[in-house]
Amino acid sequence: MPSDPAAVRAWAVAATVTDPEIPVLTIEDLGVLRSVEIADDGAVRVQLTPTYSGCPALDAMRDDVLLALTHAGYGDVRVDLVLAPAWTTDWMSEAGKEKLRTYGIQAPSGNAAARPAGPVRVQLAVKCPRCDSLNTRELARFGSTSCKALYECRDCLEPFDYFKVL
Amino acid sequence: MSGVRPEPVEGLRPTQPADDIHGDVSVDRLALADELAGTAADGSTAVASADVAEYALRLGDDALVLAQQLGMWIARAPELEEDVALGNIALDLIGHARSLMHYAGTASGRSEDDLAYWRDEPEFRNAWLFEQPNGDFAHTIARQLAASAYLFELYSWLVDSTDPTLAAIAAKSVKEVDYHRDHATQWVLRLAGGTEESRRRMLLAIIDTWPYVDELFDDDELVERLAAAGIAVLPSTLRPAFDAVIDEVFTEAVLERPTGRTAFIASGGGRHGSHTEHLGPLLAEMQVLARAHPGASW
Repeated sequence: MPSDPAAVRAWAVAATVTDPEIPVLTIEDLGVLRSVEIADDGAVRVQLTPTYSGCPALDAMRDDVLLALTHAGYGDVRVDLVLAPAWTTDWMSEAGKEKLRTYGIQAPSGNAAARPAGPVRVQLAVKCPRCDSLNTRELARFGSTSCKALYECRDCLEPFDYFKVL
Repeated sequence: MSGVRPEPVEGLRPTQPADDIHGDVSVDRLALADELAGTAADGSTAVASADVAEYALRLGDDALVLAQQLGMWIARAPELEEDVALGNIALDLIGHARSLMHYAGTASGRSEDDLAYWRDEPEFRNAWLFEQPNGDFAHTIARQLAASAYLFELYSWLVDSTDPTLAAIAAKSVKEVDYHRDHATQWVLRLAGGTEESRRRMLLAIIDTWPYVDELFDDDELVERLAAAGIAVLPSTLRPAFDAVIDEVFTEAVLERPTGRTAFIASGGGRHGSHTEHLGPLLAEMQVLARAHPGASW
């Protein structure tokens, strides 16, 4: 979040853009909106960061930020993509994680920074977002989108998505 | 303005003729060069030197060619979840290839699409491993294990490259490749420890795949120059870590790493544009649409 009041207003506009694949999450919740700056001549410069390298949602988010700001009256808008530092699920806001669970997707459990090095073959229990049971199992590590894995709950018997730790 | 989707702005998207619901082929008005940033942390666009561009192209071609091979499994994998998994892995790799090719293109003014679609076989710089055919599922998994274990070691090193753009791409990619390596490892364990038939196929796949591993670790003048500047890593120095990981997986799966007389060694040459017979058909399929409709978007 910028400190300059003009940039804060532009940030608030950009922050209304949601993820096209998970529409309850804004790009601010995701940690994808990295910075918003306003130059002396009024030009707006926004930086976004990709979640997964090949995620097609990013192009849509980029267009949507451009449209939202243009619609709000900003004339000269530029949206840049930055890779460094690499996006991590640790940047997802607590509010965003709660919205995810309510939406039926379990939020990342644990921090990416805490992942052990080397081959990882142990998966921590993932809680069912529907009934909070820990009696779940992974059906597929790669789910409907790059960021998700597919699980099923053995208590309520519902399948659910899990937002993977990255 | 919450909940209100802004009106499209004229000129942002290519217009479609209203009377043709399928649209028409038109030149994308979005500047391709702007599509993906190989940008530095401050957002400025870095320009690669000729050497760095060549190196980035090698890495980008490895990722692109492997992605194209994996994409062929979609709707053909042994189970639905595998369609999705291999498709997702291919998507990650295309993302890596886009970043690397965008960066490579800054040296010559070519876009990532120019580099992907408008180069012929001798201009591709991928190692032979990546262009080897899918074979049966075990062959694809053996190739995935070797490829992802290699890429993981490579990107783990490149995170500390003195070239900020390469370091940024590596830091992004290594986390994804970690998942790919885990996926391949789990399948090697399942196939090797599964039925007699799955184990037989896994053994055969490893024998067929391993001749292409050595080329990944060949040094040449270019990497020596770049390694001296801290930009690249000498591939040969990655070999011990790669072998250690493979040995760990193979020990658990009760498999042996082909060595010595059992290992036929492919001559390689992909880094200099010599390729096996498998690359041509792959490129033909990948490039046909772009060449039939230059500059098309839809």
